[in-house]
Amino acid sequence: MFDLAAVLFDGVVYSSWLFMMAAGLTLIYGVMRILNIAHGSLYALGAYAGASLVGAWLAGGHPPAASYALLLAAALLVGLVMGPLIERGLLRLMYGRDEVVLLLVTYALFLILEDVIKLAWGVESLVVAEPYALPGNFRIGKLAYPVYNLILIGAAIVIGLVVAWGLYRTRQGKLLLAVIHDREMSAAMGINVARVYVFTFTIGAALAAAGGALTAPAIAVSPGIGVEVIVLSFAVVVIGGLGSLGGAALGALIVGIVRSAMVRYWPEGELFSVYLVMALVLIARPKGLFAAPEARKI
Amino acid sequence: MKRALCQFVAAAFAALLAAAAGAQQPVKVGIVTFLSGPAAGPFGVPARNAAEIIAESINAGRVPAPYATKGLGGAPMELVIIDEAGGPQKQVAEFRNLAQRVDLVIGYISSGDCLAIAPVAEELKKLTILFDCGTPRIFEDASYKYVFRTGPHATMDNVSAARYVLERRPNIRSIAGINQNYAWGQDSWTDFEAAMKALKPGIEIKTSQMTKLFAGQFGAEISTLLSSGADVIHSSFWGGDLEGLVLQGAPRGLFKSHLVVLSAGEPAINRLGTKIPDGTIIGARGPFGPFAPDTEFNRWFRNVFQERYGVPPNYASYKMTNAMLGLKAAYEKAQKAGAASPNQDQIITAFENLTYEGVGGTVKMTLGKGHQAVMDVAVGTAKTVDGELRIVDVKRYPAGEVNPPDGVKSEAWIRSGMKAK
Amino acid sequence: MTLDRTTTTLAVAAVLLLAAAPFLPQWLVFLLTLALAKGLVVLGLVVLMRTGLVSFGQGLYFGLGAYAAALVGAAAEVLDAAVMLAAAVAGSAGLAAVLGLLLARYRDIFFAMLSLAFSMILYGLLVKSSALGSTDGFNLHAKSFAGITLPAGAERRVFYAVAVVAVLGAAWAVHRYLSSHYGRLATAIRDNELRVEYLGSSVFRVVFANYVIAGALGGLGGAFAALAVGHVDPETAYWTTSGEFVFVAILGGTGNVLAPFLGAAIFEAVRTVANQYAPNVWQMTLGIVMLALILFLPAGLWSLVARLRSVAR
Repeated sequence: MFDLAAVLFDGVVYSSWLFMMAAGLTLIYGVMRILNIAHGSLYALGAYAGASLVGAWLAGGHPPAASYALLLAAALLVGLVMGPLIERGLLRLMYGRDEVVLLLVTYALFLILEDVIKLAWGVESLVVAEPYALPGNFRIGKLAYPVYNLILIGAAIVIGLVVAWGLYRTRQGKLLLAVIHDREMSAAMGINVARVYVFTFTIGAALAAAGGALTAPAIAVSPGIGVEVIVLSFAVVVIGGLGSLGGAALGALIVGIVRSAMVRYWPEGELFSVYLVMALVLIARPKGLFAAPEARKI
Repeated sequence: MKRALCQFVAAAFAALLAAAAGAQQPVKVGIVTFLSGPAAGPFGVPARNAAEIIAESINAGRVPAPYATKGLGGAPMELVIIDEAGGPQKQVAEFRNLAQRVDLVIGYISSGDCLAIAPVAEELKKLTILFDCGTPRIFEDASYKYVFRTGPHATMDNVSAARYVLERRPNIRSIAGINQNYAWGQDSWTDFEAAMKALKPGIEIKTSQMTKLFAGQFGAEISTLLSSGADVIHSSFWGGDLEGLVLQGAPRGLFKSHLVVLSAGEPAINRLGTKIPDGTIIGARGPFGPFAPDTEFNRWFRNVFQERYGVPPNYASYKMTNAMLGLKAAYEKAQKAGAASPNQDQIITAFENLTYEGVGGTVKMTLGKGHQAVMDVAVGTAKTVDGELRIVDVKRYPAGEVNPPDGVKSEAWIRSGMKAK
Repeated sequence: MTLDRTTTTLAVAAVLLLAAAPFLPQWLVFLLTLALAKGLVVLGLVVLMRTGLVSFGQGLYFGLGAYAAALVGAAAEVLDAAVMLAAAVAGSAGLAAVLGLLLARYRDIFFAMLSLAFSMILYGLLVKSSALGSTDGFNLHAKSFAGITLPAGAERRVFYAVAVVAVLGAAWAVHRYLSSHYGRLATAIRDNELRVEYLGSSVFRVVFANYVIAGALGGLGGAFAALAVGHVDPETAYWTTSGEFVFVAILGGTGNVLAPFLGAAIFEAVRTVANQYAPNVWQMTLGIVMLALILFLPAGLWSLVARLRSVAR
């Protein structure tokens, strides 16, 4: 019984982390139709920025309790800086081009950012473990889990709710939904699509950075952590349906729990778990779980 | 007029410099190691740093005896450093490029790269010294004339770890493993499991977790290990994965309720320090780092490295250094045999079956028909003393006890009981 | 048979490359063989991209072709390069025919991700197999070609020559295919699938055929690459390898069958030079160069050639 609870809990922890990555990516793809390969670099930037900020804070002898807020602040900072910088500085020059060309642009950006991170932070790993160990442990059956995992899950839920509220209840959010639904029509209706783009990219970047910053205390932040994240986030976005926040959440949940179950009961299969889920979902629902019905132009 | 005078002076100066530098042509050495990606931090860059400081020290004649002559028997070393990233196909292309620009190559951390490069080195007839990669297959599956490996291979890491564990806890009944799901992790676990079964038949394997390389987060895996009830947990993790395992496992009691063996854990000592829980068994893939004997030579090496780079050298730095020292020893031995400026074949003849003093201990090229090195190995236990992490309870194993004899494959040797030669 | 400019260029290139075969230095032989092999895979991708599909899983066929060639040598002990190449093409085309039945129904990012999923499944299987050396892979060497024993030391030149003929021949065949009625349906599908259906052609059949072609070309490219390098490893099936092919395809553009080779050559050249002169920041250098190229040449490198051609006219 507790075994199952442990598997579920591990799955949900993994899902929370995945959700933050996938949410940002699905928004960016939904609105701008850009497959943002640089999403992985934004994740890495968030992790490095969070680790550095908290590291400096703790080294200065300040209270560790504030480090959690600092992690989120670092993520927000990365989003606010990198979002407009990338969107206005680079992507704007490429609009109107083939979608596929933008893919190459984000890949080139990813390469550049990998080396920028290496130049800024070096190749040594960054370890900032205090926020992870500080809140102590709690138990599920015989197993000890860090309370930090609960914080992670809580943060993912809160962030998800905030973004959802922003998307469905505010005016700016509804404009974003309109652009996701039909870009040309929105522009024709007078929506400042360019501004929506910058806004979306910033939020997406901040979400990726938040995923990185919140993961940083549990890991050794080192070069290359952004690479694997890319494929995983894309898989979850595809499973959930493009541009759908709920889809990202459900997709992340499914992938996380399936993976956790495989680790426990069939470790050999863990390597394939995300691809298996994706293949099964796509065979059943070719456009993802929560794909909006699309009108086809003839 | 003034311009012609300047040119004349410049030419004369250059000529003087050339004469002063000695009559020897520089030896161009290609260095291939990870400069980007996750392997750069723990291995690639420490190895590059060692290459640079040692080449500098060799050229200046500052290395203690018996390496005190300047350069390689008088010829200065010039390094050409490239990145090992990109996978074996890319590295083969890079090697073919590099081979035209240098006289010999020292490099390769990844076993996949070593396996791909060795036949190419043979084809291009380019002296290549592999300094780190672990797979025993290089000289067990083939023989080479132009390829040498000055670092012992990975069989001894896990054989010595298994011996150490059973010597300290002879009554254990079960083991589990968490290793990275690629050749290194798979081979390490296979070796450890086979060694344990050979030394203590009837031992139970509770679970073998094979994690995705660079996954970094091991929540579910750690939960599985904690529920497994295994006595001993083996891991050949390195880099970010190793640090993640310690950071995530220690607070959950993984190291308290199990005896954890980190067969390649030495680089984490500098990185994590006292975060490594007491009682953790740590290997350094040889007599390196904290296991290096306290000789003057070793002290010189540690000091010169620490002074330049601010951190002590880890086993990647030690192994790169041994590659360079081996080259120097072979070169100078060839010189003593009569060639003032030895060519590649003469260096190769000198290198085969060579025994030389490396950092950490004696290096003997006794396997692989004289091309593969063996060294003694040491394993120890971590313990925090006065706020600093120390390695205590060190046990040394002579090379013969933890390496198969020449001509015998590692896997077969382990299964048959690891008889010392 | 029309002798348009592309055909003439291909023929001239083939003759020149073949004539130079005995004289080229070893490293150039290797580089050219690898460029031709990779260019072939990208060619297959270009066929798919003309149909409006981006496949992020060509690594599946690249890796399968490589391993098929290597296994013919290791397991069946047949060290004949021609048999290896045939096995690679047969295996890849066969698998593409099976997978194509499923994949031809998907579009856009779903097609991309599903193709990626299959390539990663192959990767996972290869990594798990310790008999195949897991991530270390294993070496292969071919000693004969179509029954003729190759002189020692000249094997790679022979592979190079065969590659020139095979690759440029395949490029010409694809060129003829794309100019044919069936081939032109590809671009029509990219523009508007529904209309093509209404006009009476089967979209599914065209997509399926193009997918199998891309798979077969990928497998052949993988086998040539394996012969040139002498080593196979699972990285050939990893998504970053597939991604690289996509990026080279975009870099070269889809305008002409010669474009993939131009793109492959430039990409390799920039990467090698960057690694040589800026080993610590080669990724950034490569990224910046690619961005610059994209900025000034939005339709890929081939648009530069096309522009020069039209100016010359």
